Amino acid sequence: MLKKKRKEQERKMKDSSFIPVLAETMTSSLNDLNIIQIFGFLLGVLGLIFFLGAAVGMLRFPDFYTRMHAAGKGDSMSTMLMLSGLGLVTMEDYSLGSWLVFVKIMGIVLFIYLTSPTSTHVLMKAAFEDNHMPLDEKDLKKAKGKKK
Amino acid sequence: MIDWFAMLVGGSLFLFMVPLLYRIWVGPTAYDRILAVNVIGTKTAVLLVVIGALFDRVHMFVDFAIAYALLNFLASVVVSRYLNRTAAERNVEEKTKGARA
Repeated sequence: MLKKKRKEQERKMKDSSFIPVLAETMTSSLNDLNIIQIFGFLLGVLGLIFFLGAAVGMLRFPDFYTRMHAAGKGDSMSTMLMLSGLGLVTMEDYSLGSWLVFVKIMGIVLFIYLTSPTSTHVLMKAAFEDNHMPLDEKDLKKAKGKKK
Repeated sequence: MIDWFAMLVGGSLFLFMVPLLYRIWVGPTAYDRILAVNVIGTKTAVLLVVIGALFDRVHMFVDFAIAYALLNFLASVVVSRYLNRTAAERNVEEKTKGARA
């Protein structure tokens, strides 16, 4: 189905000028969307927002443990949201092959749900046993004094 | 429309990886670097699925993504266990030195 539509769109692109054809394809594809794909778009954009939070946290936080707090939560949540959104978006028809792809993607989501907290925990334990202590109030006061 | 969505997600993923690359470059300790590498590796699995959606070959790229997620988890756990062991050995050495002195 989709390949036929794409061939028709390509023919249209060759025939006439670019901008009205682009508008036409956009409206037609907007009409073709079903509710599952819209839900998938929303999940993907939500995952991007979570990943933005993780990236800003990795950039701005002062300490290894606080950075790990931002990265561990934001990373696992955004990966799970984005993968499930992509799985919903790429469901073109409900044939056996597309169901298999969806199940595999949900398998990756399950795997990341199990392993991302595990790796965060192992890394935190390694850092803590390396006498790498978190920041306390004295360190924060020192940092403020240096800035002034 | 799927193409547009995949381009949006892939481009934003690349854009948001820049702070993580900064953390790998600057990061004060080795643990910061491993953490950032771990996050980038997880996001690369997502990026593989996005590339599959762009090329209409999701059924093929999903298997790559599974393999990449497995390898990434193994790598991060192995490196942290290695650092943990070297730290424990260093602690034992310091204790024995203190006992001799």
